Amino acid sequence: MKTRVFCRIGLALFLLLGVSGAAWSADKVRAVASFSILGDMVSQVGGGRVEVVTLVGPDGDAHVFSPTPADAKTLAGADLFFVNGLGFEGWMERLEKSSGFKGKTVVASNGIKPLTMSEEEGHHHGEADEHDRDHDGHAKAEDADHEAADPHAWQDLANGKVYVANIRDGLIEADPEGKAVYEANAAKYLDAIAKEEIAVKAAVASLPHERRKIITSHDAFGYFGTAYGLEIIAPEGVSTESEASAQDVAKIIRQIKAEKIPAVFIENVTDHRLLDQIARETGAKIGGTLYSDALSGPDGPAPTYVDMFRHNVGTLTAALSS
Amino acid sequence: MIDAIIGPFIEFSFMRRALVGCLALSLGAPPIGVFLMLRRMSLMGDAMSHAILPGAAIGYLLAGLSLFAMSLGGFAAGLAVAIAAGLVARSTVLREDASLAAFYLVSLALGVLIVSVRGSNIDLLHVLFGTVLALDDAAILLLAGISTVSLVVLAVIYRPLVLECFDPQFLRSASALSSPTHLTFLVLVVLNLVAGFQALGTLMAVGIMLLPAIAARFWAEDVSGMILVAVGIAFIASVSGLLLSYHTGAPTGPAIILLCGIFYLLSMMFGPRGGLLWNLVPRKHLEA
Repeated sequence: MKTRVFCRIGLALFLLLGVSGAAWSADKVRAVASFSILGDMVSQVGGGRVEVVTLVGPDGDAHVFSPTPADAKTLAGADLFFVNGLGFEGWMERLEKSSGFKGKTVVASNGIKPLTMSEEEGHHHGEADEHDRDHDGHAKAEDADHEAADPHAWQDLANGKVYVANIRDGLIEADPEGKAVYEANAAKYLDAIAKEEIAVKAAVASLPHERRKIITSHDAFGYFGTAYGLEIIAPEGVSTESEASAQDVAKIIRQIKAEKIPAVFIENVTDHRLLDQIARETGAKIGGTLYSDALSGPDGPAPTYVDMFRHNVGTLTAALSS
Repeated sequence: MIDAIIGPFIEFSFMRRALVGCLALSLGAPPIGVFLMLRRMSLMGDAMSHAILPGAAIGYLLAGLSLFAMSLGGFAAGLAVAIAAGLVARSTVLREDASLAAFYLVSLALGVLIVSVRGSNIDLLHVLFGTVLALDDAAILLLAGISTVSLVVLAVIYRPLVLECFDPQFLRSASALSSPTHLTFLVLVVLNLVAGFQALGTLMAVGIMLLPAIAARFWAEDVSGMILVAVGIAFIASVSGLLLSYHTGAPTGPAIILLCGIFYLLSMMFGPRGGLLWNLVPRKHLEA
């Protein structure tokens, strides 16, 4: 049903819209980023030498994005296309082909060891518990036949650093003259990320051990949980497109009651009616809005990647420590 | 056994809410589905789910992500499309299905245009369409209220509406009630669909309205009989679909609608009024 709606909307767009891609300025490196978080990273590293256009803007949902002819035209005129990879942008390959894009595609998550998530449970394996992490270091690879790579790797700042390095190298390759600028920007940016990383770890460390559990609407926070020692439980599966069953919701409600999970959190890109229902039924409080797959607008609480972490961690600790 | 059936509803309030919401929908929507089917407008529900987009988009532009504003806008847009299609069908050579197709496509295109003017990638309909498991008080009251209104209004316009289905020429020549009846019915259809979309999602709203009605066609000859059977099927499918989803982990909306679908297949095979199996049995010829 939903897919059909998107096809129809896509078709209607194609027929209706005059194709009006972004006007590129002549003297800058032209970069397209697939979604807002990546777009922010590219402009941090690129600085004044790079013009960045983001396809899926603030508060948009990249899982269900459908590209327009204008997007294709924008991409066709670009030098570089930054994507997350790990299957996050399902629409990317077709857009790349159909737009006649001749530049270079940079996969920002290159070199990251992806977490896997079970499609059955919509729940991460190998998360959270300090014990598990010490022994295994990484997600346990059980139920291999039900697992898919979790694309939301940017939710771990250590991965964010890998993203920045990939972006820097991509920019240098496309624009060798700017090498010094990109390296300087990237170094400064990596520094800021490292500082935020320390702050996040300190904030989580200040929480009582038994309160480090949260419920959120789709499991975009697997990396966050694994990296910083929080247990994340989500009522929906890997993608925002799947639908929950009564059994999933019942399990979560039982779990919240049994483990006395203090708060549930809403995400900026998803419908939160289901979480409201869960909160009502269990007495867990709604802890606030977390930013997962998209930044807020420039005036919102999470206009950049680093701000997003600051906001999310602030929201989490405020709700979990009380 | 009894525990498996009643237990989930006792333990979880979301199950009780889902049950109440589904039963409210099952009471009001299938009778409307019966009339839609009899008037060969079975695909109207699907068309409506697209036609409401411009209204929802204008609601979003004016009030942000407010469900109320988006539903109200959706209702207005749906109503405009349905009534325009109904009027065109009555005053030109076009049949109702063709004029509905024309208007809903125009409406969908307009909606996409409005959404993209704002340049947002939020999927408005995804936000607007609810799910069975997340009914709050407002959604339940909305569903129950609309079911009540539907049943009362259907009772009032029942006779002319039945006539309108089977012999519209006669009704038009004998009474001035033809057009008002038809338009009232269209308002009911849109009201039920938009409320259903908002509370339960498109699949549930359209599925509960039409599948039981279509299945009921194989069981009863007269309209009131069909309505009773349709409501009965919708009730049983709702309860057993919820339990199926609870015990097996199947997503809830699809589980309920698939059960309706199974009822339809069984009715098509074994229904006494034109079911496949009965057609194979040679009938007695009329004897003078």
